[in-house]
Amino acid sequence: MRRLVLALCLLAGPLWAVQPDEILDDPALEMRARELSQGLRCLVCRNENIDESDADLARDLRLLVRERLVAGDSNEEAMRFIVARYGEYVLLRPDTSGWNMLLWIAGPLALLGGLGVAGMMIRGRSRAPEPETLSDEEQARLDDLLSR
Amino acid sequence: MIIELGHFALILALCTATIQMILPLIGASRGWPGWMEAARPAATAQCLLLVFAFGALTYGFVTSDFSLRVVVSNSHTAKPMLYKITGVWGNHEGSMLLWSLIVALYGAMAAWFGGNLPSTLRARVLGVQGAIGIAFLSFLIFTSNPFERLAVPPFNGEDLNPLLQDPGLAFHPPFLYLGYVGLSMSFSFAIAALIEGRVDAAWGRWVRPWTLAAWLFLTVGISLGSWWAYYELGWGGFWFWDPVENASFMPWLLAAALLHSAIVVEKREALKSWTILLAILAFGFSMIGAFIVRSGVLTSVHAFATDPERGVYLLAITGVFMGGGLMLYAARAGAMEAKGVFSTLSRESALVANNVLLAVACFVVFIGTVWPLIAELFFDRKLSVGPPFFDAAFTPFAVALLAILPIGATMPWKRARIGRVMRPLWGAMALSIAVGALIWVMQTGGNMLAPVGSALALWLLLGTVIDLWSRGGRGGIGTRLRRIARLPRADWGKAVAHAGVAVTAFGMTALLAWESEDIRIARVGEPFEVAGYTVTLDEVEETRGPNYFSTMGRMTITRDGTEIAVLRPEKRIYPVARVPTTEAAIDSTVLRDLYLVIGDPQDDGGWTVRTYVKPFAGWIWAGFIIMALGGVLSLTDRRFRVAAGADHRRKSGGARAVPAE
Repeated sequence: MRRLVLALCLLAGPLWAVQPDEILDDPALEMRARELSQGLRCLVCRNENIDESDADLARDLRLLVRERLVAGDSNEEAMRFIVARYGEYVLLRPDTSGWNMLLWIAGPLALLGGLGVAGMMIRGRSRAPEPETLSDEEQARLDDLLSR
Repeated sequence: MIIELGHFALILALCTATIQMILPLIGASRGWPGWMEAARPAATAQCLLLVFAFGALTYGFVTSDFSLRVVVSNSHTAKPMLYKITGVWGNHEGSMLLWSLIVALYGAMAAWFGGNLPSTLRARVLGVQGAIGIAFLSFLIFTSNPFERLAVPPFNGEDLNPLLQDPGLAFHPPFLYLGYVGLSMSFSFAIAALIEGRVDAAWGRWVRPWTLAAWLFLTVGISLGSWWAYYELGWGGFWFWDPVENASFMPWLLAAALLHSAIVVEKREALKSWTILLAILAFGFSMIGAFIVRSGVLTSVHAFATDPERGVYLLAITGVFMGGGLMLYAARAGAMEAKGVFSTLSRESALVANNVLLAVACFVVFIGTVWPLIAELFFDRKLSVGPPFFDAAFTPFAVALLAILPIGATMPWKRARIGRVMRPLWGAMALSIAVGALIWVMQTGGNMLAPVGSALALWLLLGTVIDLWSRGGRGGIGTRLRRIARLPRADWGKAVAHAGVAVTAFGMTALLAWESEDIRIARVGEPFEVAGYTVTLDEVEETRGPNYFSTMGRMTITRDGTEIAVLRPEKRIYPVARVPTTEAAIDSTVLRDLYLVIGDPQDDGGWTVRTYVKPFAGWIWAGFIIMALGGVLSLTDRRFRVAAGADHRRKSGGARAVPAE
């Protein structure tokens, strides 16, 4: 029920992800195209990359990626070309510019913080005196119980 | 008439929930036994009323009562009976009714099986559970009433979304809700403990089975959803880091953390306040999940209600329970005095490391999920956070967790010596690294996914077996095996669940690293080769099912001249909902899945055919099943079945149950 929306793109067109006629003859180039496609978002779908999407627009983007690669662009150049036209919304892997850095370092920072707190807690626990002897009250209760 | 009775039952359930909240909480603080006792019949009554309401809605679906709005939008007379029934929860209103029913069911279970709880704790747990019931029942009644009638009923319904007409997805929501809502019990126990101002080993023992059950159901629910995505969406992916998937994954991670930290509370009376916080957060993430799925705030297109009113209401519920819980926590957590003492190297510390990694992993998933929202609100940037981010940001934590797991699992409580812990494990470690290196050499360098993933999975599996073996103590093989067989089920549960993680980890690694794919135009009768298999499209026929039309290919797969399988991939069109679906045909063995999808006809008479060979794909879900089995074993441990002793100890005056080792 949750993910059926992923497939709502089916409504957008009769096509079905990468089509045989799109595949480039050069396998190395095709592999790069597939790799890039998996990092590009289908704009009319929800959270689907263009490599998996069935929408017409995704097909256009797939063809555009291949066109750029055949024209001799490097991966970065091809991506820049597409971002310049479609905006950073198409990137499934957000860049590290500006505040986005925060997204990327959030995990490592949280880990450091977590380990720091945990480390302090563990040190506290390992230094806490072990309650080896019973308090007077407990001793009295124990004596009471044993003498019953 | 039955529908109206169901509607009344729903309203009465809300009244009962109000009684279940108010009387016991007042009774517990004033020490009035009669008021406290009111919680148990109220919980039972609320549960029975909701069972009736749910039955009435099911009756509406089964008899195709098209005067009900939800039935019209989600059913059709031609739909198979199974999907008429599962259609009850295949929509926003019905699924919220199921959610409320499960809240009440857990409350009633605590009332029925909580006979050994101290009466004030029981009253408070049921009171908090009643408050949760009120929140969701009023949400249901005031914003999403499933019993709403239409003045002019149409002749037939609009059919259930065809993607939901599938066995995998039909039973995915109930398990998921049993999991989400199961965490409400942990939450209620945590709040009750904060109000009482005490957490002891007995509390840990009471809270653990509920968390374990919630985790178990979440595991089953998530794996059903993932399995469905694998065979239904047509390219064989199993996880998409979609916001709604993350919504179920975050509570799962926290429930796993809570399971482990509750062990420390139970065995060693340490980590008390952290465990309470985890219990509050775990249910908080369940509610955030419900909000994400039903508000549409993170998604432009959505299957469920994207009604802002509903979103605001759900956000308010989440805010009240999380805010209230955390405020209470801030005020009272200081009272949770830790007792157990342990050194830096000990199982306690290992479980702390487990908790840190799981909690941070959950945080990474959370921030990735909400980042597009944050970026748009505060930095005016419209951006996406997709699988490449999550793969990069989440995987290191998973790797670290698997790497330390076998070491932590064999550590003794209180104080460990690293040399002694590692002695039986060196062999396993060396072997795993060797296997990883071998795989790396065989694939001639390149991507580290396969070597690292396989080495970790093997390390985890061997570590688990060694841990179990060492529990057999000294003596001959026969004596050891007999001792191992007699170990408590909780120990077996631990070993089995950890082995399940290893199996799933290997399945994912193998599928991602070694998959072969072939996309081509296939002509009838012309065989083609994919990764050593010969595939022939024999014929394509048009057929029809009960409520759909189908284009079905018949494909024969041979290897070295012997026939392996005849597969029938389908493309279906559901005319009422006008939605096409793909039904991939899969031939599964232990070592690989053959995955065939038929696409569109081409002008020149061929058909688009996609063929995948997915090595060890079945291991992913086998691992999930093994994990769930481990949960069941642990849940049926003797100490949960006979936990009555704890009550006596408390009554006889504060003597704590602390196992020596």
